Amino acid sequence: MFKILSKKTLVQGKVILIRVDAPYIAKKAKPGQFIILRVNEQGERIPLTIARADTQSGTIDLIFQVVGKTTALLSTKNPGEYIQDLVGPLGRPTHIEKVGKVICVGGGTGVAVLYPITRGYKEAGNYVISIIGARTKGLLILENEMKEISDELYVTTDDGSYGEKGFVTDVLRKTLDNKKDIGLVVAIGPVPMMKYVSLLTKEYGVPTVVSLNSIMVDGTGMCGACRVTVGGKTKFTCVDGPEFDGHQVDFDELEKRLSAYEQEERLSMEKFNCTCG
Amino acid sequence: MEEKKKREKIPRQKMPEQQPKDRIHNFNEVPLGYPPDVAKLEAERCLQCKKPACVEGCPVEIDIPAFIKLIKEGEFLSAARKIKEKNALPAVCGRVCPQEVQCESKCVLAKKDEPVAIGRLERFAADWERENGEISIPQIKEKTGKKVAVVGSGPAGLTVAADLIVLGHEVTIFEALHKPGGVLIYGIPEFRLPKKIVDAEINYLKSLGVRIEVNWVIGRIKTVDELLEEYDAVFLGLGAGLPLFLNIPGENLCGVYSANEYLTRANLMKAYLFPEYDTPISKGKRVAVIGAGNVAMDAARTALRLGAEEVHIVYRRGREEMPARKEEIHHAEEEGIIFDLLTNPVRFIGDERGWVKEMECIRMGLGEPDASGRRRPVPVKGSEFKMPFDLIIVALGTAANPLLTQNTPGLALNERGYIIADPETGKTKKERVWAGGDIVTGAATVILAMGAGRKAAISIDEYLRTQKW
Ligand SMILES: Cc1cc2nc3c(=O)[nH]c(=O)nc-3n(C[C@H](O)[C@H](O)[C@H](O)COP(=O)(O)OP(=O)(O)OC[C@H]3O[C@@H](n4cnc5c(N)ncnc54)[C@H](O)[C@@H]3O)c2cc1C
Ligand SMILES: Cc1cc2nc3c(=O)[nH]c(=O)nc-3n(C[C@H](O)[C@H](O)[C@H](O)COP(=O)(O)OP(=O)(O)OC[C@H]3O[C@@H](n4cnc5c(N)ncnc54)[C@H](O)[C@@H]3O)c2cc1C
Ligand code: SF4
Ligand code: SF4
Ligand code: FES
Repeated sequence: MFKILSKKTLVQGKVILIRVDAPYIAKKAKPGQFIILRVNEQGERIPLTIARADTQSGTIDLIFQVVGKTTALLSTKNPGEYIQDLVGPLGRPTHIEKVGKVICVGGGTGVAVLYPITRGYKEAGNYVISIIGARTKGLLILENEMKEISDELYVTTDDGSYGEKGFVTDVLRKTLDNKKDIGLVVAIGPVPMMKYVSLLTKEYGVPTVVSLNSIMVDGTGMCGACRVTVGGKTKFTCVDGPEFDGHQVDFDELEKRLSAYEQEERLSMEKFNCTCG
Repeated sequence: MEEKKKREKIPRQKMPEQQPKDRIHNFNEVPLGYPPDVAKLEAERCLQCKKPACVEGCPVEIDIPAFIKLIKEGEFLSAARKIKEKNALPAVCGRVCPQEVQCESKCVLAKKDEPVAIGRLERFAADWERENGEISIPQIKEKTGKKVAVVGSGPAGLTVAADLIVLGHEVTIFEALHKPGGVLIYGIPEFRLPKKIVDAEINYLKSLGVRIEVNWVIGRIKTVDELLEEYDAVFLGLGAGLPLFLNIPGENLCGVYSANEYLTRANLMKAYLFPEYDTPISKGKRVAVIGAGNVAMDAARTALRLGAEEVHIVYRRGREEMPARKEEIHHAEEEGIIFDLLTNPVRFIGDERGWVKEMECIRMGLGEPDASGRRRPVPVKGSEFKMPFDLIIVALGTAANPLLTQNTPGLALNERGYIIADPETGKTKKERVWAGGDIVTGAATVILAMGAGRKAAISIDEYLRTQKW
């Protein structure tokens, strides 16, 4: 059992941060790694990135978007309550090194996943340019936190309610046009966003890392639920990833695999709304 | 003389079973177990051999004639205790051991007649003990103050833990999943091995004082070297959990599962109870299972119970070569599963939404025997054909998962990634580290994993007492 110590709403009813007591995991967690949790005995196992780990207090922060039954259920849990199971840290840590100038691109809740990685690049002595986006102003998360660890920060919203109107790819193109010495792009967000960022950076010949969010069960390489095609080969996201070379990933296949349980997910959510009011 | 004649007339007692037409609609156990009088009758058949050959066929050397005699005398609890002297998981082994190639294959009666139903009797005694709430706890030796870490809670790890705890050592099991039991929990389905039985066996270990830490992936949260700082000895019972795929086009379509994923969703996550349980599972109408081992039979029979209209086993070799137990093949056939033998998939074809809709196969002929002694299947040119399927389960077997081994310097692996360990002691090339079960032998059986655990426990105990590696 893992105790929830505190809870903060980042976007009303949509994006929530919880701090969980998990000393052993906190001690080992590195940027880019995730945990898998199960809220209760009937629960599904879902992966969430370790947004922040604090060795001193033995806590980890999870930032999640409410998209379906499990995240909705998790959002009803309050400080003092428990999560039944939590396992980690899983996945390969981000390979962080000094490359010079790095652009970190985040979309939606992807910014939560991007945040610890961006900090890693900053701490390794890179010049960090961050571009974060959301559909609309109210959905933007971690702007201040990202600002603190970036040398430059740009914000976009699809509807123009805040920052620049448009997509993160628009700002990315401008930046790549202006700065010829970008060593690496890191892109994390919805699959279509990562796909278009990768197509764009391929044009410019800039190496690009993406973090994939495939459906998982065990997270240890035992089931193969998380398989993705990278460079024509099957990889398991949970042990070979979650980060891969964006220029090699078959995003269309990933998008289709993510929709495998649409019907069941809808049913689960309806049932949850019924019982939860 | 009279008595001998009478005994010889008793036929091997049949096991009552759920009827196929009923059982394909539920997840309840198929064989129902012997009633006490039938068990006693079957026990009568045993000749009580002075040099019992059956015992040689049992990897953990249960005193088979002794426990059978106790059943014959109606001393069911004592029978269970007799078995437990050698085997901590009798209710499991009585159900899933391939007795026909182990203990029962050696029984002297097998020469002219049918062997004594040792497995069924073992199951009977264990069930009797559990159902009558009379679980006894063995005498635990004085505490030694030595600490042992066991990684993995499958049959190998559970056996090591059970053996070492009674010898007075402190034992902690670390398990990656949220529930202990290994394949017994996540792989073998409820209708073959009810999970409450595995839970009872695990509770028994806990009652002996074994600590079980779930949600611990060793190699990530702690390395083996870190465990060695805290513990005097480490046993690795990791199993062979890495699923193999065919590597043919279309394998990543939606609706194509590894058997591991399919069975884990169904068993560990209880997806057959969706939406009461949250984990979903695709319920195919026309299902193909690729492969013909025990795992394939389990997947096929699970698909049937989840409501499939037609389930095929697709296998590239012939009937004689199918690796599954005869009993499992028989059960699958009774339940209406269709066997497409000498048939090999070449690709899976999807619809525009990315879901599998068809499988293209090629017919196979049998050529010369290969390294395994089985005739090698060879494709028949131009014999490709398609069959419609909306769910495909790939059950080709498993390999060694590198997650822990690649993070453990000093551990020697063979070319296929399995840990090299001494077959007699379980010692690896790394000091104070032992290994056993599927991670050493490759996918095998529950009882062989237990046998390896037993040998490792003896070696670990010796090391802990003498400090000699
Ligand atoms: C490595 C990794 C890290 C992630 N980190 C974060 C994070 O930090 N914050 C965050 O908000 N989200 C994160 N996700 C996504 C998160 O796991 C899903 O949003 C969550 O599983 C949705 O579950 P649900 O029951 O609420 O929704 P559902 O209605 O069940 O599903 C909504 C969508 O989520 C995806 N999904 C469903 N089940 C799973 C599953 N078992 N595993 C993975 N995806 C699934 C599917 O695409 C589905 O369409 C991460 C995913 C991965 C693989
Ligand atoms: C579907 C199926 C049906 C089968 N049917 C039969 C049968 O009828 N009869 C029979 O005799 N055998 C059967 N087998 C084979 C038998 O189950 C295995 O041979 C046996 O379970 C092997 O035991 P083990 O202890 O080596 O490993 P496992 O049972 O595989 O257990 C290993 C455990 O270690 C854990 N683990 C792995 N890595 C780590 C890590 N890094 N950190 C922490 N924990 C870890 C795993 O999560 C798992 O729980 C079947 C197998 C399957 C898959
Ligand atoms: S444990 Fe298995 S092999 Fe040994 S006697 Fe029992 S059924 Fe036979
Ligand atoms: S070999 Fe057969 S008959 Fe002889 S003791 Fe064993 S079970 Fe009984
Ligand atoms: S989640 Fe099971 S193998 Fe990756």
